[in-house]
Amino acid sequence: MDIIEFLNYGFIQRAIIAGSFIAALCSTLGIFLILRRLSLIGDGLAHVTFGSVALGLFLRTHPIYISIPIVMSLSLGILKLMERAKLHGDTAIGIVSSVSIAAGILLASIAGGFNIDLFSYLFGNILAISTGEVFISIALSIIVILIISFYYHELLSITFDEESARISGIKTKKINAVLVLSTAVTVVLAMRVVGIMLISSLLILPAATALQLATGFKNAMMISVFASIVSVISGISVSFLLNLPTGASIVIINFLFFIAAFMYKRLIASNGGQS
Amino acid sequence: MPVDIISVEKLHSGYNSSKVLNDVTFNITKGDYVGLVGPNGSGKTTLIKTILGLFEPMEGNVSIFGERSWEFKDWHKVGYLPQKLVSFNPHFPATVKEIVALGLLSKKAFPRKIDRNDEMAINKALDLMDISDLKDKLIGELSGGQGQRVLLAKALVNEPDLLILDEPVTALDPETRERFFNILEELNQVNKVTIILVTHDIGTIGKYASKLLYLDKKIIFYGSFEDFCGSDHMTRYFGKFSQHIICHRHN
Repeated sequence: MDIIEFLNYGFIQRAIIAGSFIAALCSTLGIFLILRRLSLIGDGLAHVTFGSVALGLFLRTHPIYISIPIVMSLSLGILKLMERAKLHGDTAIGIVSSVSIAAGILLASIAGGFNIDLFSYLFGNILAISTGEVFISIALSIIVILIISFYYHELLSITFDEESARISGIKTKKINAVLVLSTAVTVVLAMRVVGIMLISSLLILPAATALQLATGFKNAMMISVFASIVSVISGISVSFLLNLPTGASIVIINFLFFIAAFMYKRLIASNGGQS
Repeated sequence: MPVDIISVEKLHSGYNSSKVLNDVTFNITKGDYVGLVGPNGSGKTTLIKTILGLFEPMEGNVSIFGERSWEFKDWHKVGYLPQKLVSFNPHFPATVKEIVALGLLSKKAFPRKIDRNDEMAINKALDLMDISDLKDKLIGELSGGQGQRVLLAKALVNEPDLLILDEPVTALDPETRERFFNILEELNQVNKVTIILVTHDIGTIGKYASKLLYLDKKIIFYGSFEDFCGSDHMTRYFGKFSQHIICHRHN
């Protein structure tokens, strides 16, 4: 099969377009999440997504419509729990995510019958993405990327040092809310690409790759976006051609990028910083 | 008539509901250079953070430029160098220039953008701290002393009216330290920048500061260094030979 024939498939086109937008979104946010040591929030919100998908299937509604408001609300819930109960981030994330999984399992058990659907959300299937989902993914990705670009300097400032950011007059609570709400939307969209089980990999791996090679903050974001989009497109291609699961293929290619970047950095360091 | 830059009245403050400062009252006027000293745990950082609105007072009032600290908005008038960055990641991928530029955000409105006009201010701050050659380096690649100079450049980039420095020179070599204190002295003498310097080095205060605030959960002494030298507090807190060594050196 040649590349033209491969790209002529409608489902491949939909997967590549939606996947690229979602990849760009995940990799951009991932830089901020990793540096703020909030990588776990991706995992936690993915678990919340599991519960909300189960609720969507239980109510016979498209899970994405149910998941976005629920995951956004609970992402703010995590922030409030950290603030009000004076809990560390990982504890608050752990509480909300485990309760969400428990709720999802209970719903699945009560309803019976939708285990196969739930399975497809757990492991993702971007090749089955519908035109409507593509449009939602593009629209939400553009909105979130615009929000991130409007708040870029505020996000950079609180990521570098939250206390200094407050003294610069930055409303850190608001910016934290912007960050977790953006992450919530991203996690729900990414569920279709790699599945609930692997969402955090789309947030973490491209950003971790970029941090090995970056020569500045914007440069880190560009490397992260590039690595992520290439991984998604390669993953879709490889999985289709070799009949492998798409989500897992994307994650493995992302990991290979990380290993290559890590080895390159080690090589540069061993040569005394001469590239 | 001297203008109050900071006014602290009957302040009780602390964190996690434990009180650190008790009934603290003092004023700092425009052009003052105040050395803030005290033993570990005496509440120096708590006082600084309360002035900066990071802690809300348990009792009493703190005003900065005439406004209550937690309602204060003109943060571009204040340059702050923390004792240590709360969440600093040594692998942070920003360049020196990107970090110094963050100091300019306080005078920007949404959407806060750093534009070409800001380049001049950034370059001036980098020049002042003698780190222009490092501007494209990653912050994580710098030595402790170089990193500290970057944070000082960030605190100075807005040309603030008030500088609050919490143990700013601990990572600096003697030459850079001297240069740094000369810069502060010039800012204070020529530009009338008000300075609060937290330090354990009483000799530095004697050499540069006009006033000394000795804190140990409450104010032990607040006045000129000369008066402090002549008081019992000097020997009580710094040992019996301190008066001779420090005050003599100062004189």
